[in-house]
Amino acid sequence: MSTDLAVADRVGPARGGRTGGATAPHERLRRGPGRWLVLTAAVLLAVAMMVPFAIMLLNAFKSPTDYSTNGPLSLPTSLYTDGLVNFWNRVDYPGKLVNSIVISGSVAFLATVVSLLNAYALGIGRIKGRLWIVMLFLLANMLPQEALIYPLYYLAKQTGLYNTQLSVIIIFTVIQSAFGTYLLASVFSTFPPSVLEAAALDGASRWQVLWRVVFPISRPTLAVLVIFFFIWTWNEFFIPLVMLIDNATQTIPVAIASLQGDRLMDAPTINAGSLISLLPAVIFFLIFQRTLTRGITAGAVK
Amino acid sequence: MTTVTHPPARATTTPTRRRARPRSGQGTYWLYLVPGAVLFIGVIVVPFFMNLYYSMTRWPGIGEPRWIGFDNYTRLFADDTFWLSFRNSVAMIVAMVVVPTLVGLLLAAVLFDYLGKRFDGRVASGLRATYYLPQILPVAVAGILWGWVLNPQTGALNVILRNLGLESWALNWLGDTGTALPTVMLVMIWVQVGYPVVIFMAALQRVDPELYEAAELDGAGWFRRFRAITLPQIKPETFVVTLTCTIAALKVFGPIYVLTKGGPENSTNVPSYFAYQNFFPKSQVGYGAAIAMVLTVIVIIVSIIFMRVQAASERKEGI
Repeated sequence: MSTDLAVADRVGPARGGRTGGATAPHERLRRGPGRWLVLTAAVLLAVAMMVPFAIMLLNAFKSPTDYSTNGPLSLPTSLYTDGLVNFWNRVDYPGKLVNSIVISGSVAFLATVVSLLNAYALGIGRIKGRLWIVMLFLLANMLPQEALIYPLYYLAKQTGLYNTQLSVIIIFTVIQSAFGTYLLASVFSTFPPSVLEAAALDGASRWQVLWRVVFPISRPTLAVLVIFFFIWTWNEFFIPLVMLIDNATQTIPVAIASLQGDRLMDAPTINAGSLISLLPAVIFFLIFQRTLTRGITAGAVK
Repeated sequence: MTTVTHPPARATTTPTRRRARPRSGQGTYWLYLVPGAVLFIGVIVVPFFMNLYYSMTRWPGIGEPRWIGFDNYTRLFADDTFWLSFRNSVAMIVAMVVVPTLVGLLLAAVLFDYLGKRFDGRVASGLRATYYLPQILPVAVAGILWGWVLNPQTGALNVILRNLGLESWALNWLGDTGTALPTVMLVMIWVQVGYPVVIFMAALQRVDPELYEAAELDGAGWFRRFRAITLPQIKPETFVVTLTCTIAALKVFGPIYVLTKGGPENSTNVPSYFAYQNFFPKSQVGYGAAIAMVLTVIVIIVSIIFMRVQAASERKEGI
């Protein structure tokens, strides 16, 4: 890191001495060897961060004997897929994938609807005490889940919701919508009033204004929330770990964590398992990279 | 970034809107809050107060909780593991807030301000995505991958070290009280560093380029501009990053559960894992609830301090 800066600093003044910053700055900046040094440093850091993924990929298709004789850095001598098959069957990967999709999908949808309704009342309806209500929601989002988990576990057992996906769906709908309400309410507080007035003059009811005016206009923000809620819920670990003890209800993160310390897990199986467990997240990220980046930053400055 | 809140702008639009809004039937907006409020009370408010009650009882999770007042709290403050877990929280703050924010700031500045202007835009965004990748993984998956890399016998790291003839360097990374915490910290830095990079790069995009051009004409070098323009301009995002990461560091659970289970000898135990241990494996629900309450109070205090400091700095700059 310090080398990046040192190089950058050295190159800086060399450019600063020139005049006419407005004339073709890019042409001017695209010269000089310093930029290649900085690029190399940045790429090396990126490569270093990718090393765990690279050696995982390298070892996901090795046989256990190949791994123990040739080590983790050699290329596989043959394409061994038993590790993948072992993992797939041992954890019932398709079942866990469906569980994760059902839970994350339901939460993403429900939490967005709840956030929209809350934010409509708070941001557009500007009901009394809205600042306090928004603060309360925000506080709940910051609350450590440990402070809720035992009562939730106990209540779920009392109501027969323990070890059901519904329990996790309800809990995360509330937790995610606490953040969604906070974000959407501040977006809605700057909603163009002329649009609402026009709708009111046309005789639209509150309900119609929400679904025919507010909803279509805020669709891009809502899409960001859906994607965010989906990924956050997908990656959640603590509450699903406590609530979903049964193989039939578990999500991918809980299933893979429960394999830990399993002595039957050889290196290729661990690697194959890691590979197929992180694939959904990576694919999702690649598809929605732009939306996500926009969403993270929108969340950051709210 | 287009949604940055500008209080003055908002202040001028609010009165007009209030005047234009029909006053009749204002109350019906409350109805839209009902589903959210019912869920919120059921899942957050009621459980929170139940937890507060549990924290003042002795209860193994079955039968009737027995009221013991503040005994759990007095016991906590005399418990070495409890204090150790908070010392480890400080280590987590270093690994999840201090180092990632500093590194992320420099990386974002280099990517946006330096490489972004000298190479195709895709170079900077590709690097940004690479740094961010560990952030999107389920923590359990990242944990099992690192658990294998760091395994003392069959893990990639030690196998590589032995092949290089560095037998004495092949340590029991997560199993030794001396190395476990630093190793977990390194994994957390790896996980966290991409988040500030993404936020800060977006923040830099909204800084007016004319500021830089003016500074450049005045002969300010890269580092001068970084200090005089970049840092003050992205202050709001810096607050958000440090606040959210500090809260995440105080609450960290998954990586500890997956990598070390708090061991060896509690050397990597953290408050949330310590609470979990008491709730479930040890069946000391009251004690676990007290730990969770202390953690909650700390999180709230930290959040309030952050927000105060942020508000004060905004007032000072007269934004």
